[in-house]
Amino acid sequence: MIIQLIFQTFLIIILAPLLSGIIKKVKSFFQIRKGPGILQPYYDLLKLVKKDSVISNNVSWIFHAAPIISFAAVLAAGLLIPIYITQLPLGFAGDLIAVIYLFALARFFTALASLDAGSSFGGMGGSREMFIAALVEPALMLSIFAVALNVGSTNLGFISQTVSGMGIDAMSPYQILAFVALFIIAIAETGRIPVDNPATHLELTMIHEAMILEYSGRQLAIMELGAMIKQLLIFSLLANIFFPWGIASQGAGASALVLSFLVFVIKILVIGISMAVVETSTAKWRLFRLPELLSISLMLSFLALVSFIIVKGG
Amino acid sequence: MVDNYLFIGFVAFYLLGAVSALVFNKKDALCSYISFLSASIGALAGFAFSLSVILGDTFHFILNEGQIPEFGFFIDKLSAFFILVISISVFAVSIFSTGYVREYFGKKNIGYLCFLYNMFILSMILVICANNAIMFLIVWELMSVISFFLVVYEHEKIETRKAGFFYIVMTHIGTGFIILSFLIFAGTSGSFSFETFRAAGSTMTPFLKDSAFLFAFIGFGIKAGIVPFHIWLPYAHPAAPGNVSALMSGVMIKTAIFMLIRISFDFLGASQAWWGYSVLAVGTISAILGILYAVVEPDMKRMLAFSSIENIGIILIGLGASMIFLSNEKPILSAIAMMAALYHLLNHSVFKGLLFMGAGSLLYSTHTKNIEKLGGLIKRMPFSAILILIGVLSISAMPPFSGFVSEWLTFQSLLLTFNLDSNFAIIMLSISAAVLALTGALAAYCFLKFFGMVFLALPRSENAQHAREVNIPMLAGMGFFALLSIMLGILPAFILPMLDRIAASFIGTSGQSFSFGTFGTISIPSSAWISISTPGLLAIVLILMFIPIIILFTSKRNMPVYETWGCGQPFSTARNEYSAIAFSKPVQMWFKGLYRPAREMEVTYSSQYLKESFKFKSEIEQVFEKNFYTPVVDFVMAMSRKAKVIQTGSIHAYLGYIFGILVILFMFIIAGGS
Repeated sequence: MIIQLIFQTFLIIILAPLLSGIIKKVKSFFQIRKGPGILQPYYDLLKLVKKDSVISNNVSWIFHAAPIISFAAVLAAGLLIPIYITQLPLGFAGDLIAVIYLFALARFFTALASLDAGSSFGGMGGSREMFIAALVEPALMLSIFAVALNVGSTNLGFISQTVSGMGIDAMSPYQILAFVALFIIAIAETGRIPVDNPATHLELTMIHEAMILEYSGRQLAIMELGAMIKQLLIFSLLANIFFPWGIASQGAGASALVLSFLVFVIKILVIGISMAVVETSTAKWRLFRLPELLSISLMLSFLALVSFIIVKGG
Repeated sequence: MVDNYLFIGFVAFYLLGAVSALVFNKKDALCSYISFLSASIGALAGFAFSLSVILGDTFHFILNEGQIPEFGFFIDKLSAFFILVISISVFAVSIFSTGYVREYFGKKNIGYLCFLYNMFILSMILVICANNAIMFLIVWELMSVISFFLVVYEHEKIETRKAGFFYIVMTHIGTGFIILSFLIFAGTSGSFSFETFRAAGSTMTPFLKDSAFLFAFIGFGIKAGIVPFHIWLPYAHPAAPGNVSALMSGVMIKTAIFMLIRISFDFLGASQAWWGYSVLAVGTISAILGILYAVVEPDMKRMLAFSSIENIGIILIGLGASMIFLSNEKPILSAIAMMAALYHLLNHSVFKGLLFMGAGSLLYSTHTKNIEKLGGLIKRMPFSAILILIGVLSISAMPPFSGFVSEWLTFQSLLLTFNLDSNFAIIMLSISAAVLALTGALAAYCFLKFFGMVFLALPRSENAQHAREVNIPMLAGMGFFALLSIMLGILPAFILPMLDRIAASFIGTSGQSFSFGTFGTISIPSSAWISISTPGLLAIVLILMFIPIIILFTSKRNMPVYETWGCGQPFSTARNEYSAIAFSKPVQMWFKGLYRPAREMEVTYSSQYLKESFKFKSEIEQVFEKNFYTPVVDFVMAMSRKAKVIQTGSIHAYLGYIFGILVILFMFIIAGGS
């Protein structure tokens, strides 16, 4: 059990930068550039770890604690999300709602730290990040409702197992609607175009980058790694809630586990590539147009709920 | 027998506190110590008493046996729970008060404050204990009037007097509705005893039941601060001294929730589905509107008051869900939703008490309530900062703090709706959950802004510059609540069985709605539904995760200190910081239809290009006050002006009126009226 926990933790940490590298590579392919190699995020992180941190003279302990707390919260969420096996050793510690609130905890401390240095950029970033979080939350909760009402639980391992057991029957209108709603939410949560641009450092457009502007060296490295892990986890959520087929269940043999792992990698790659396609084909939206985007997501999840009621015959 | 002594004990200690306040009126320090210590001992006795009732039997105590009306005390598990909540709050707030009132030494009459404080607590407890409508109304009125005097304690300020007036008027309108509701019960039962109300509740006609419920909901709703009757709350709670606002917001508004549960569940059996829906709808609207006004509020005590409206809304969402389940004959689910509501009620009294005391501490050391004028206090008040951060994390429902557990429970109880056959219920409860999610996110936004603006970065004013850490009793009072917030967050397995007993006592299930595994896992099983969570384990995982990261990443390394990046500008000052109004601006733009912000800008130029001065004023419109109350007030004023015609001022005319009335009454009796 302990081994499985440690293995899952390391798996998440090791795979996360690779996913970012691949998305960047795919984006540069669409932009007809060569782009950096897919291992570039690892080199970046290693370089950052070797460097000294330069810190602002205004900051308090919150600034030093925030990267640690945010990173720990994201990692803890990683232990509640099924990756390649539905039977999570700590599955009983928390459910989907706990995962969302752990992400919220990570965001809360990052945003607090953004205010600590007393820079306008930080405050701007923190304010926008919390604003987008508020926009996302109702749609997120409604789509969770649509999924959870169908399965009968909010525990992720249970959801994956049930949907996987349903086979192709699981592809129902509400499942698809809820997936599209959650995909839009995933764009917002991972800070991608059209919500946020991960590549920008322009004052007026950055959100996540603005929050961590004062960080450098090791602290920046964990902040960046935390964001990459969060992205991987959100993609795994999408994959294993809506397309859990191929995931290994309890007592699976070694070959099944390997197969399940390969299927997982393929699913994540597909989601990552479609994310890259979305990013390349749209432009960043103005902050105050975002309520429109996320109300589409809200409507879709509401429709998912209504169609659940209709399909199940009330 | 022990119960008797404990009951008399805590009443006696509160009375002792009140009397000693009067006796030692002239000696400020002595008076405050004796009085507040007496209150905290009373709170300990109350704590023991309520636990003994929750785990044991109902407590019954009658003063005048056999006479009618019988005056006495009736404390079942539900009342005991509320006494528990009051006692916990009183204990922490009393310790805090011994430090906090030093602010008033030599300036104000301390004996008066201590006397009112003790009487206020006693009146709240008597409200919970009353077994009779008349006695209830007397102590309810006592509670309202005493809290009015506490609100206007700093009566030299004009806005405090206004707030007090507003409060006393609103609270009396509420009492009017409560009397109506009681009269309906009494009309059927023929007596004012609550015992007979319970029996009458099942025999009343549906129309009478509906109107009794509606009047009670409005009457107690005004006291609880539900939208649209909330408008007094953001005036009255901030006006009172810090320790009193902690009690008013933390526990006084809960007495209204207590009576709401008592009447709708205990007396009326929550038999109509639409009651549940209306409680749910009102709760949802209160939650979202409360937090929307809190987000943009620059005055921290007003912000906390608005957030109380939000939290009352969340409690009502749980209550409403519970009523919907009960009217659909799903008592187990109803008990789960009730436990969510009660858990949130307990949590709210703890973290809101903590935050109000925190606001009191900030006021004590900086003399300003305006968030915009603070900043950088984490270095000047390090201990208060940690304690307030715990309160902020709890109210924002961050795991593993207390708010998370009760919001999780509320979401789970809303999800249980799939057990119902009614599509309407599923849609209503799901919408409510979506709004609750938005509320939660906005609460995090609001309190992040509060903490960030008050404690982080550089001080924005002289007041904040010279702030000093508050004294030890104040820290101790806050520390007790902070500890409790953490414990309520990680040990729900010890509290939920207790709440289960309480809910079972008036919903009537066998109390098997939750099962608890090892590590204190909570699972909610009902038909196919299994959702489990172990907040304690979550906390352990979170902390275990810290250790390797801390070891790996924070070894002693050279950390050069440099100025904050300011686009190449050579210095950074507090004027470059992001302000509170800017921080909440996105929400203000998003909901501009609700806020209807008005802003004024005044720019003077020294030359064509250079600005000399710049004034900016931004105001949020209080929609309810403007569109709902002002017309009513105007109407009442117009009618009174009309009625002035008969007030001639001549004694002959008045004697004439009396004579006329007498004649009419005699005619009525002669005609056979009864």
